[in-house]
Amino acid sequence: MEKEAEVQSLTDILAKFTAYIGKRLPTDVKDKQAELRAKETNPMAIEIFDVMAENQDAADKLDRPSCQDTGVIQYFIQAGSSFPLLGELESILEGATIGATKIGPLRHNAVEAFVEKNTGTNTGSKIPWLDWEILPGKDHVIIDVYMAGGGCTLPGASTVLMPGQGYEGVAEFVLDVMTSRGLNACPPLLVGVGVSTSAETAARLSKKAILKPVTARNTNEQAALLEELLAEGINDLGIGPQGLTGDNTVMGVNIEWSARHPSTIGVAVSTGCWAHRRGQIKINADLSYEIISHQDVKL
Amino acid sequence: MKKVLKTPISIEDLEELKAGDIVYLDGTLITCRDVAHRRLIEYGQELPVDLVGGAIFHAGPIVREKDDGSYEMVSIGPTTSMRMEKFEREFIKKTGVRLIIGKGGMGPETAAGCAENKAVHAVFPGGCAVVAATKVEAIEGAEWKDLGMPETLWINRVKGFGPLIISIDTHGNNLFETNKKTYNERKSSVLERISEQVKFIK
Repeated sequence: MEKEAEVQSLTDILAKFTAYIGKRLPTDVKDKQAELRAKETNPMAIEIFDVMAENQDAADKLDRPSCQDTGVIQYFIQAGSSFPLLGELESILEGATIGATKIGPLRHNAVEAFVEKNTGTNTGSKIPWLDWEILPGKDHVIIDVYMAGGGCTLPGASTVLMPGQGYEGVAEFVLDVMTSRGLNACPPLLVGVGVSTSAETAARLSKKAILKPVTARNTNEQAALLEELLAEGINDLGIGPQGLTGDNTVMGVNIEWSARHPSTIGVAVSTGCWAHRRGQIKINADLSYEIISHQDVKL
Repeated sequence: MKKVLKTPISIEDLEELKAGDIVYLDGTLITCRDVAHRRLIEYGQELPVDLVGGAIFHAGPIVREKDDGSYEMVSIGPTTSMRMEKFEREFIKKTGVRLIIGKGGMGPETAAGCAENKAVHAVFPGGCAVVAATKVEAIEGAEWKDLGMPETLWINRVKGFGPLIISIDTHGNNLFETNKKTYNERKSSVLERISEQVKFIK
C-alpha cells in the first residue's frame, strides 16, 4: 500500500473502533456488572441494575451510543519505536475522532476554552488528548481509547500529602472523593488511584489505573492490600448504584504508583462510571489489528 | 400501579409524592442545563420556552438531523444535576417549572426552592440514555441552537418517561442529603479500619 492509502485505512479502523466502544462495554466491565447485580440485595439498587442492563441491550440492538455523553476522546498510546506510521499517528487519531463523531454519532463535546465555542467535531486545541509511551524496538502500537464523560470526570482530584499523613491520608483522600462528588458520578465506579511524587504525576497514573481491567490486582502486595481495603471500605459506605444506596458502589479499585520524593506523597483519584467506555486495540506493522478489550467485534 | 405525571403538572399532582417514590412522565419535557440556567438567572435573558407547570431535563442529548430538517433523538440520559444547584432555586421561582429531572442529588437551595414553589427533583438512572431515547416520541422543537448540540433546549414529547425516582419532594425532603449523612457517618469507622492496616511508613 502507498503511505496515503495506509493512513486512510488506519484512520477508518480507528474511527470505527472509537464509535464502537461508545455502544458496547468492554467484556470485563460487562461481566463485573452481571456479578454485582447477582450479589445485590437492595431493591432500589436491583431496579437500577436492571434498567442499566436493559439500556445496554437496547444500545446494542439499535446500534446507538449507550450513554449520550460520549465524552472528550482520549487516546493512550503505547507506540513501538519502529511502528511504520509513528509520525502520522497524531493526525490519524484526529481523523479517527472526526470520523467516529459522524459514525456514532457522538455528541459534540469539545468546547474551545476561552473562545467558549463548541467546535462541533470533537476536535480542538490538544483534543483528542493523546498520552504517549514508547515501546523500544517494537513495530506495533497498542491504543487505549477512553470516552471521558463529564459526570465521571467531575470527581477527579489530586493533591500532595506530607509523609506524616501516610497511606492513611491516601485512604482518607479517596473516601472523601467518594462521599462528595463520587456519588453523583454514576456508581458502581471503577476507582483509579495514583500514588506518586507530585500532583500531576499522581493524576496521570490515576487515569492509567482506570484503563486496567476491573479485575486487575496490583503486583505489589501492599498496594494490592490497599486496593482491596478501599474497595471493601467504599462498598461498606452503602452508596450503591446511582448513589441511591446499595451493597455495591465500586466495580474495583486500581492503583498505579511510582517512586516519590522523600518529603511528598502525591495522590490522585480518577473515576470511571458504570458505563466505562474504554477499548484496547493492537495495530501491527502490516496494519492488521486485534481488539483486546471486547470479544467478537466486527468493525 | 405506575404513577404517571402529565404536563401541565399541578401542585395537587405533586403534593402526595415523597422522596424515594417512583413516577413516570407523559407530555412535554425540555432539556435545560448549564448555560440556559446561567442566561436566565445571571443575564436575565428570557427563556424561549414556557415552563409553567412544565418539566425540564438536565441533559445534553445526541440528536441526528435528518435530510428533511427534522430531528431524531438518538441518545438522551441525564447529566449531573448538582451543577445547576447554584441557579435552581431562582429558576423554579422565575419559570414555574414543576418537575426537574436529572442525575444525582441537588443541594439545600434547590430543596428550599422546591418547598417554596411546589416543585420536585427526580433522578433518571444515569447512563441509561437509549432507554430514555425510546420514550421520546418526537422532538417538537429546538431553541437556542447557538449553544451547540448538548446545550440546545430540545423540546421533546415523551410517553412513559422513567423510572423517575423522586429525590426532593414538595415538602423539601432531600433523599441524597439524608443518605449523604449516613455515608459520612460510616466513613470514620471505615477509615479507622483501613488506617490500622496501611501503616507502611515505619
